[in-house]
Amino acid sequence: MSGQGMNLTLRVWRQAGSEAKGEFRFYQLNNVSEHMSFLEMLDVLNERLIKLGEEPVAFDHDCREGICGMCSLMINGQAHGPDNETTTCQLHMRRFRDGDTITIEPWRAKAFPVIRDLVVDRTSLDRVISAGGFVSINAGNAPDANCLLVPKQDQEKAMDAAACIGCGACVAACKNASAMLFTSAKVSQMALLPQGKPERAQRVLKMVAQMDEEGFGSCTNTSECEAACPAGISVDNIARLNREYLKAVVFSDEGV
Amino acid sequence: MFKVADAPLDGRVPDGPIADKWDNRKNELKLVSQNNKRKYDVIVVGTGLAGASAASSLAEMGYNVKAFCFQDSPRRAHSIAAQGGINAAKNYPNDGDSIWRLFYDTVKGGDFRARESNVFRLASVSGSIIDQCVAQGVPFAREYGGTLSNRTFGGAQVSRTFYARGQTGQQLLLGAYSSLMRQVGAGKVTLMPRREMMDLIVDEGVTRGIVCRNLKTGEMEAHTGHAVVLATGGYGNVFYLSTNAKGCNVTAAWRCHRRGAYFANPCYTQIHPTCIPVSGDYQSKLTLMSESLRNDGRVWVPKSADDKRAPNEIPEADRDYYLERRYPAFGNMVPRDVASRAAKERCDEGFGVGETKQAVYLDFKHAIERDGEDVIRSKYGNLFHMYQKITAENPYQVPMRIYPAVHYTMGGLWVDYNLESSVPGLFVLGEANFSDHGANRLGASALMQGLADGYFVLPYTVGDHIGKHGSSLKPLGNDHPVVQEALESATSRVNSILAVSGTKSPDSIHRQLGQIMWDKCGMARTAAGLKQAAEEIRALRDVFWNEVKVLGTGDSFNQNLEHAGRLADFLEFAELFATDAWHREESCGGHFREEHQTEDNEARRDDDNFCYAAAWEFQGVGEQPVLHKEPMEFNEVALSTRSYK
Repeated sequence: MSGQGMNLTLRVWRQAGSEAKGEFRFYQLNNVSEHMSFLEMLDVLNERLIKLGEEPVAFDHDCREGICGMCSLMINGQAHGPDNETTTCQLHMRRFRDGDTITIEPWRAKAFPVIRDLVVDRTSLDRVISAGGFVSINAGNAPDANCLLVPKQDQEKAMDAAACIGCGACVAACKNASAMLFTSAKVSQMALLPQGKPERAQRVLKMVAQMDEEGFGSCTNTSECEAACPAGISVDNIARLNREYLKAVVFSDEGV
Repeated sequence: MFKVADAPLDGRVPDGPIADKWDNRKNELKLVSQNNKRKYDVIVVGTGLAGASAASSLAEMGYNVKAFCFQDSPRRAHSIAAQGGINAAKNYPNDGDSIWRLFYDTVKGGDFRARESNVFRLASVSGSIIDQCVAQGVPFAREYGGTLSNRTFGGAQVSRTFYARGQTGQQLLLGAYSSLMRQVGAGKVTLMPRREMMDLIVDEGVTRGIVCRNLKTGEMEAHTGHAVVLATGGYGNVFYLSTNAKGCNVTAAWRCHRRGAYFANPCYTQIHPTCIPVSGDYQSKLTLMSESLRNDGRVWVPKSADDKRAPNEIPEADRDYYLERRYPAFGNMVPRDVASRAAKERCDEGFGVGETKQAVYLDFKHAIERDGEDVIRSKYGNLFHMYQKITAENPYQVPMRIYPAVHYTMGGLWVDYNLESSVPGLFVLGEANFSDHGANRLGASALMQGLADGYFVLPYTVGDHIGKHGSSLKPLGNDHPVVQEALESATSRVNSILAVSGTKSPDSIHRQLGQIMWDKCGMARTAAGLKQAAEEIRALRDVFWNEVKVLGTGDSFNQNLEHAGRLADFLEFAELFATDAWHREESCGGHFREEHQTEDNEARRDDDNFCYAAAWEFQGVGEQPVLHKEPMEFNEVALSTRSYK
């Protein structure tokens, strides 16, 4: 591509605070380089807004290398935009064409209230983890690491599940705003490893109960979550969570 | 540019042979009885590896903990982005590793500017870290028999690095985060996300709490307790472009410095050799490609400076594998500072590749021919994926282009052996302190240090402070004069930034600061350049306070204001950085002074005059700081010139 960049129309959700009424506003942004990341494009927009005396667009971001899970934009109706297994910060403008109109919204879910513009509150996900997404081991208690042999294939599967970055795209993509993919990733990681076995039943029961309490919806197996997930978390984990849940309800003391 | 204190600074290192020092210290430390711990409150700022592990461990012991972070969740701290691995002297591969060797490699890798006793303790507890993480369910890589797998990292000739694909930091942090969240559920930790620490509350010379700004509402809050633990990471973003997350900042550490905590060795900066090169002037950050790639990737440039051919068309005979040529013993696995300088030297001489000529190749062709693409994918798949996302080039087919970038800062707040700063009751952990890596950090050692500090050092030493002072420290209400003063000073700083109402955005001023730092305080430094840098930084600080433009209000969610506040602190800190680099008339590790190099362009240390940690005491903005020297003594590893040939 020559020095001339793309000319874009941005349709951005603006909302002054959690109680304020939001609206879409249109911005024209010209000469956008295809090598820019999506967030760098928003940086350029914000620099221009500051010059014009309009408050910049608030959006969450931090590591900008796809791992911290902080960035969270709905781009043209897709969580994290059009690329597979890609966070918003790793999306690049070469994915768009000159003359495009791009709609940018926050995650929308009852359990993720908007704080400002494109920024939402995702502390509900932390509370799901604090309900049971851990192994109860105090520092100083652990036996030698190689005392516990873990078959390589189990470790690989646990790692696949543990790769979740906690961004909430699964919730945003789901028509029911369900957090099943997020919750099942942690339940699966622990269920696949021997370290997770002692607390297996109460973990799944408590995490699912917390998920419901936070106002996340139910799972109806449409797999939008898997399609939107930037970390490639599979819906197989949801099946595993359901098995774990059933086992806990039917066979464990905690489930009675 | 500075004054020198008369008395040397005492690191309060315990007596005895090096292997017994930590046990000796633990035996001397005061204990707080189990039933009394619940009476004491500890504030932990930062929730990365060091902060999360400290907060959860303290809560497990029975203290009441408040944990603060500026992100929306503790799981997002920048430790999450560490890729390659964590060192531990387990000697599982049976290749001759030991606590002694890990200690030796770290002291030597740090170019003899770290505190020996701290490094030995770090190596001693390294094995327990792996045990703890495995018990939490961290899915480290394993062999087919089910045992843990290891790989090699720079600066070592043994395999001692544990890893979870290219996401080791993520998995370790999620392990520490899960322990932290367990304590949140148990009611022992109160989580305070989206808070920025603005000030330290000190009463009669003892730390009593912090002031922070609630980033959602803009409200200033005072939180008091019996000790404050700072685990707020490094200051690489003073360069604007770095591999750090965008939010990483020096504010918490700098605010403590202004309240009396010494800042040690700020000029020790690690420029990481393998990062994706800059592509345009809109660039907002740089992305690291893990050092583990150098296990299988070979670094090269064309032998001829004007070779215009595509990399795959350049035959072996016309390639210069310059690291293998210059350092046959360590080859591509030399420490980071050595590899970075070599890349800069090749590019400065005109051998660089790509459009900007500011890059070298990292080539996997031979590894793929040897092991197959699947093996390489299983080791580095996510890194290759990330590279392709950013550059739109497929590294399985064409060599990666890489260039050094600011990555880690070895300097930080000065701490004694107990990790306590020069203000009693303020403890500093992880990258935020200065103690363990000297002038250069070896790969896979940051994760080790963060977790060692948080799981196995601080939980012991914080009890000593509380045991000595806890019962005499009466609670401070919000109406106490020192609390009032700290709240007012934080509020008035925010108001003064908003009141400037100039024409320049914080981002544009930050970029200018980054340019000064990269040009004059970067990979190669000179006395004249550093002096000029200090002047330019002072001038830029004036520009900020006269011309910055921050819209919106202080009592709302305002990211522009957050950035401006951090930048204001970077602009004060940067001058100290330049002063420190100017005063250190030697080259060591990540600090390279052009005046001080050997004939073959290696760093030349001056052990007679500079074998000390430079701990700076604040005297006021623009005032001459006072230099306190803590002599670094090397009784176990003899001072020698590093050689990786």
